[in-house]
Amino acid sequence: MSVTEAAVENPPTGEPPRRRTPRIVAAGWAAARNGWRQLTSMRTALMLLFLLAVAAIPGSVLPQRSVKVEDVQGFYAANPDLAPVLDRLWGFDVYASPWFAAIYLLLFTSLIGCIAPRLRDHVKALRSAPPDAPKHLDRLPQSAVLDTVTDEAAARAALRGWRTVRREHADGTVTLAAEKGYLKEAGNLLFHSSLLVILVGVGLGSLWGWHAGRLIVTGPEQVFCNTVQQYDDFGLGPRVGAGDLPDFCLELLDFRAEYRPDGMPISFAADVAATDSAHGDLGRHTFSVNHPLRLSGANVYLLGHGYAPVLRYTDAAGVTQETVAPFPYTDATLTSEGVAAFPDANGSDKTKQMAFSGTYMPTRDGPPYLRSDHPEERNPALMLTAYRGDLGLDAGIPSSVYDLDQRQLDAGRLTKYGEPKLMRRGETWTLADGSKLEFVGTRQWITVSIRHDPGEPIVLTGAVLLLVGLPLSLYGKRRRVWLRLRPDGSAAAGGLPRTEYPGFEDEFRSLVERWQR
Amino acid sequence: MAELSDGLLIVTLLSYLAAMLLHAGEYAFGSRGRIANAVAAPAPARELVGAGAPVVTEAPHAYAAPAVTTPDGPAEARSKAAWLGPAAVLATGVGVVAHAITVVTRGIAAERLPFGNMYEFVLAITLLGTVVWLGTLFFQRQVRHLGLFVMVFEVLLVGVAGMILYTPVGPLVPALDSYWFGIHIGAVITSSSLFMIAGAASIMYLVRTGYDNGKRGFLYAFGGRLANAEAVERLSFRLHAFAFPIWTFGVTAGAIWAEVAWGRYWGWDPKEVWAFISWVVYAGYLHARATPSIKRSTAAWIAVIGFLTMMMNLFGVNIFFTGLHSYGGV
Ligand code: HEM
Repeated sequence: MSVTEAAVENPPTGEPPRRRTPRIVAAGWAAARNGWRQLTSMRTALMLLFLLAVAAIPGSVLPQRSVKVEDVQGFYAANPDLAPVLDRLWGFDVYASPWFAAIYLLLFTSLIGCIAPRLRDHVKALRSAPPDAPKHLDRLPQSAVLDTVTDEAAARAALRGWRTVRREHADGTVTLAAEKGYLKEAGNLLFHSSLLVILVGVGLGSLWGWHAGRLIVTGPEQVFCNTVQQYDDFGLGPRVGAGDLPDFCLELLDFRAEYRPDGMPISFAADVAATDSAHGDLGRHTFSVNHPLRLSGANVYLLGHGYAPVLRYTDAAGVTQETVAPFPYTDATLTSEGVAAFPDANGSDKTKQMAFSGTYMPTRDGPPYLRSDHPEERNPALMLTAYRGDLGLDAGIPSSVYDLDQRQLDAGRLTKYGEPKLMRRGETWTLADGSKLEFVGTRQWITVSIRHDPGEPIVLTGAVLLLVGLPLSLYGKRRRVWLRLRPDGSAAAGGLPRTEYPGFEDEFRSLVERWQR
Repeated sequence: MAELSDGLLIVTLLSYLAAMLLHAGEYAFGSRGRIANAVAAPAPARELVGAGAPVVTEAPHAYAAPAVTTPDGPAEARSKAAWLGPAAVLATGVGVVAHAITVVTRGIAAERLPFGNMYEFVLAITLLGTVVWLGTLFFQRQVRHLGLFVMVFEVLLVGVAGMILYTPVGPLVPALDSYWFGIHIGAVITSSSLFMIAGAASIMYLVRTGYDNGKRGFLYAFGGRLANAEAVERLSFRLHAFAFPIWTFGVTAGAIWAEVAWGRYWGWDPKEVWAFISWVVYAGYLHARATPSIKRSTAAWIAVIGFLTMMMNLFGVNIFFTGLHSYGGV
C-alpha cells in the first residue's frame, strides 16, 4: 500500500482511525497464537533441546567460577586479552548466564505449553469411553473373522484388564470396544511434569541455599563456629542473609588417615564435637569422605587434610609466643608448604617482626629435604628459612596466611635472616640474635565444605517421579480392540495399536483365539 | 590372575578382529542373493516381515499394501560363501568368552569390581556390548549384517583399551569406595553398551538410506549391500528406548553420590556437563523418532551425535580436559 492510498483510506481528520486498532489487536493476537503454537511444537522442542546441548559445551571447555575459581584466574593470567572478552559473554559462568537461562526457560515454557493441553486431553480420554467399532474392522492393522464364538460373558472375561465398553445397536448387534495402555500417556505426562519439579527444586536451592569452606585445626582453641567471619570462602544465595546461618560450632578432636605402604590412601575419618546455642552439646560425631556430617540446617563434608607445625618463638628479650600454622600440601605424599608468622616479636618494632617459611615433610630420612616420601608422619622433617622485617600485615591489603607478602620481599622491607635450617620434632634452633625457635610438634587439620541446599528434597522427588514416568512412557503401549457380535452368530474382531508395538499381532491373535473357543 | 587377564585380552581382540573380517567377507562374497532380494522389493515395503518376526506397522496406512521381503533368499542359502556369516558369529562368541574371563580375572586380581579406571571401564562396556549384540542376534537373526558395524566398534574400543589405556591392577581410591559407586558405574556401563549397539544400528541405517538417496561417496557406496535397513532402524530405536532410562538412572545415581561425597548433587564439572549433553541429545532423538514429520534418518543422525557425545565423555573429558585444566591452572 503506497502512501497516497493510505492517505486516501485514512484521511487525516485528526480523529484516530477507529477501524485500525482492532485490526492490530487481531493481528497481534493471531501472531501471538501462531507464535505460541510454534513454540509448543515438537520441532521447536527439538531445536531447543539441541540448542541446550550445544550451549552447555563452552562450560566444559572454559574454566568455570562455580567449579574452580583458581582455574579462571589462571586462564586470565595466560590469556590477558581474550579473558575479559569471554568474561563479558559469561564464558566463565556459562550455567548462570542469561543466554543459557533463555534457552532453558524457553524450553520449559514450550514444555508447559505442551503438557497442559495433553493433560487436559488425557483426563478427557480417561473419562470418556473407547469409541465404537469402525464399520470396516477388516481395514484395521489387525482383524479377524471369527467362525465359532464364545458367549458374550466369556468374551468379556478375555478382556480383563482392558477398559471395555459394551454397546448394543438397533439391529441387535453387540460391540465390545476395549482400550489398554493409558499408563503410557500418564507416564509421559508424569515424566515431563517431573522436569518442572526439578527446575523448581534447582531454583529454590540457588535462592535459599548457601555453601562455605573452612580449614579446621585440632584443638579446643581452634573451634570453628558457623559464621561468615569464620569462613575461608563462601557463597550465599540471594535470599540468604548472614543472620540466617545455623549457629553450630565444631571442634576437631582427632583426624585419622590410613595409607597403604605405597602411599595410596585407604580411609579418612574426622572426629568432631558439635555444639549449638539451642541445644548446647550435640555430641561427638565421626564423618568421612563418603559419609558427611549431617547437622540440622547444614551438612559438613570432608574434603582434605594435612599438617600444621606448632612452633614456639622466644625473641632476644625472652618473650615467648606459640603459633599453630597449617601448611597446605603440594602433593600426594603431603609435602606441605607454609608460613609461621610472629608479628609481635621484638616488642612492637614493625621492622623486626619475624616469620619462618618452609616445607614440612611427614616422612623424610635424608637430604635433599624437598619432598616427603610418605603421607604418614613416620620421620617428620621441617625445613625452615627465617625472615625478619615488616610482614606487611596491617597494610590493609588482604594477603594469604600461607605465603609471605611478596611486595614486602620485593621492596626489601622483609629479608632473609641467616641460612635455612632443618628441624626435627622437639629441636630448638638458636638464631644469630640469640632468639630461639622450637619445633614443638604438629597438629592435624582438615578442610571442610559446609552446605545447605533446601531444594535437594524437591529435586530428588522430581528425579524419582521422572524415573517412574519414563519407563511407563517408553514401554507403555496404547491399543484398542473391538469385537462385533452379530445376532446371526457371526463375529468379527479388529485391533489398532496406537503406538509402535511390534508384539501387537501376537496379543491380538491370542485374544481372538480365546474369543473363538 | 593378572597375567591371565592380560593374555586373554589379546585373544579377545583377535577374535573380534576375525569376526569383523568374516562379516566383511560376507558382504563381499556371500550375500548376492540377499542383496538382490532386498533391492527387488524396494522401499514401499514399509511393513516388513522378517524371518518369523512379527509384523510391525510403520505408518497408519501401511497395512493397505503389505509387501513382503524375505531376507534369506533360497539362492543365498546355497551360496558357497554362506558359511561366512555364521563363522563371524562364532568368532564373536569365542571373543566374548575370552572377554568375559579377561574382565572377571581382572576383578579377582584386584579384589574388587573391575570398574576402577578407564581401562577396566572400557573393557566392561565392550563386554556388555558384545553380550547385548549376541542377545539381539538370538532374537532377531535377520539383523546379522549389523555385526560388521558392531565389530568395528568392538575392535576399535578394545584395541584402544589394550594399547593406550592399559593400567596395571591397583586398589580403589577412597573417594570411589562407596556403594553408590557400584550402582552408578553399573548403570552407566549398561546404558553405554546399549547405546553403542544402538549407535552402530543407526549408522548402518544411515548408510543404507544415504545409498537409497543416491549417495555413493566413501561408506555409502557399500550401502547397496545392506539389507533389512528398516528392521535395523527399529532395533536401534528399541535399544535406545531401553538404554535411555538406565542412563537417566545412572546420571541420577551419580548426582546422589556427588551429594554424599561433595555436598552438591550437580556442579557442572566437565564429566557432568557431558553427561547432561548426552542426556539432552538422546531425549532429542526420542522426540525426533516420535514425531511423524521428522525423517527417520534425521533421528538416526541425532542418535549418532548422541553416541559421539558419550565417547567424548569417556575419552575426551578424561584425556583432553584434564590437560586443559592443568593448562588453566598454570
Ligand atoms: C525439557 C525438555 C524435554 C525433555 C528432556 C523431554 C524428554 C522426552 C523424552 C525422553 C521422551 C521420550 C519418552 C517417550 O517417548 O514417551 C519424550 C517424549 C515426548 N515429549 Fe518430551 N521432553 C521435553 C520437552 C518436551 C516439549 C517441550 C514437548 C512439546 C512439544 C514434548 C513433547 C513430547 C511428546 C509428545 C512425547 C511423546 C512422544 C511419543 O509419542 O512417544 N516434550 N520427551
